[in-house]
Amino acid sequence: MIQIEHLSVEFTGFSLTDIHLTVDEGTFFILMGPTGAGKTVLLEAIAGLIPVSGGTITIGTTDVTRLPPEKRGVGIVYQDYALFDHLDVTHNITYGLRYHGIDKGRSRRNFDRLVEELDLSRLLKRRTNNLSGGERQRVALARALIVEPAILLLDEPLAALDPAFREDIRRALKRLHRESGVTFLMVTHDFAEALSLADRAAVMNGGIIEQTGTIEDIFQRPRSTFVADFVGMKNLFRARFADTSAIVDGLSIELGRTPDNGQRYIAIRPEDIVLSREPHRSSMRNTHTGRVNAIIDHGMYHEVTVAVEHVTFSSLITKRSLLELDIRKDRPIIIAFKATAIHTF
Amino acid sequence: MQKKEPFFWIMFSTGFIIMAFLVLPMIKMVTAPSCAMLMEVLRDREVTRSIRLSIFTAGSAALISFLFGTPLAYLLARHDFFGKRLVESIIDLPVVIPHPVVGIAILGIAGRDFWLGAIMQELGIRIMGSVTGIITVLTFVGIPFYINAAKSGFEAISPRIEHVSRSLGASMFGTFCRVTFPLAWRSIVVGFVMCMARAISEFGAVVIVAYHPMIAPVMIYERFEGYGLKYSQPVAVWLVTVCLSLFLVLRILTLKTKEDS
Repeated sequence: MIQIEHLSVEFTGFSLTDIHLTVDEGTFFILMGPTGAGKTVLLEAIAGLIPVSGGTITIGTTDVTRLPPEKRGVGIVYQDYALFDHLDVTHNITYGLRYHGIDKGRSRRNFDRLVEELDLSRLLKRRTNNLSGGERQRVALARALIVEPAILLLDEPLAALDPAFREDIRRALKRLHRESGVTFLMVTHDFAEALSLADRAAVMNGGIIEQTGTIEDIFQRPRSTFVADFVGMKNLFRARFADTSAIVDGLSIELGRTPDNGQRYIAIRPEDIVLSREPHRSSMRNTHTGRVNAIIDHGMYHEVTVAVEHVTFSSLITKRSLLELDIRKDRPIIIAFKATAIHTF
Repeated sequence: MQKKEPFFWIMFSTGFIIMAFLVLPMIKMVTAPSCAMLMEVLRDREVTRSIRLSIFTAGSAALISFLFGTPLAYLLARHDFFGKRLVESIIDLPVVIPHPVVGIAILGIAGRDFWLGAIMQELGIRIMGSVTGIITVLTFVGIPFYINAAKSGFEAISPRIEHVSRSLGASMFGTFCRVTFPLAWRSIVVGFVMCMARAISEFGAVVIVAYHPMIAPVMIYERFEGYGLKYSQPVAVWLVTVCLSLFLVLRILTLKTKEDS
């Protein structure tokens, strides 16, 4: 388990401020946030690679705040692999064994298991600078896990890989996490990665943690406008609440419940807004007629923005739906969404 | 065939002039003495002794630069601290100071009227007219070349590689020995060669500190002063030959290291 309390790190022009974070043992935890949010700084502070100016970091039952990196039992894997290019693959993988007092038999078993799981057997004698990105990342993972760390920190391990290798390594990460029981703490920008890998996650911004929770919580129930925007809740409106309704620029939106006191925003995921030509009977409590403002091509999906009175909604639909509904700019369209799809905060 | 632009011919002709400027004097010097003269000089014990002394003192200066300069180069490559720019400027100081001034400065601190000189004399360390003095001067003029090359080598290694090594259990020193040094090895050899090359060619500072025992550049100067160009050239040819052979060997070693990696 990692327990971080009141952690501060200060550099010229950047700081991590009063970070509180608990990562349970064996969890696959994801740290998300925009560039410059402080995710890598937090990882390196946990690993002991940068000095902290305040607070504590506890791993298991040991306060490691003042311990050097080699005494923390924390492995780290970087986006750019950071392999030892003067050594071959075997010597890269076994580099850390001499420092950990793991007996030879267990070291051998760990080595054989990781080589098999990460499909490295044909690469063992190769120099690392002759390997592909995916192969290099698999070597980096084996090198970090062979010494049985309590925690493995992964700094965007898939970001530099081709899509084909990325899927490969993502599957390997999932399998290794499940089989090793090691706590994984990974930084990523990719929501798909977060959704497919994480048990829990945190969103960082400007050196602070904005929200921590299950991955569903963060994606469905953001607690700040930043998180809502970051996780792609494009329909984010400041609202006035009246009984079970939210009033946005004069438009009444039915919530189906009374929001808590102090809440000021509503957010709806664009994929939860359904477009249609004709009003249709469904359980959806909110149906409005609007006019298509813009159609934005995102490749796999199209984003359609629809103006309803003074409020603009965004909806994500497939190319096929776009053609079937014959959606065109400035034409009227009906939008509908469930009251349960509306998140208030 | 595509017609070359005028700018190409400007580059080509200026390059040709520079190459001729660098190579012609060397060719003339190397081809001037006859084989008999070269062999005769080789039998002259004073000449062989001075060449050996040049190699020994320059090699010692490079070795001292390696031992003391490597930690400093690493410190400068990896850490930011108050006054770092000043330290870097001080390291480059010997490059810009006129060489006889270096000799005078070294003698200044080695005299009995200065505390360091007094301690050295108490310990029996003599700078004036000694091999120790020559090595001191050569280290002074050569060490910037070593430190700057080694620093560039260390800077080229991502700190993340060292971070990973630390996270795998290696101490800072263990990481330096097992990861940083092997990865920066080529730059360190280049720095060593550059430092030695600079040291072996030093004359101005050495002639102030230690005319005797005579290193090869001083011997060449003495032969030139006493007997003229004809008698200084064979010594110069042998010094150049020895230096080139030495640096060729080191260069091959360095290239091999590069190919291996």
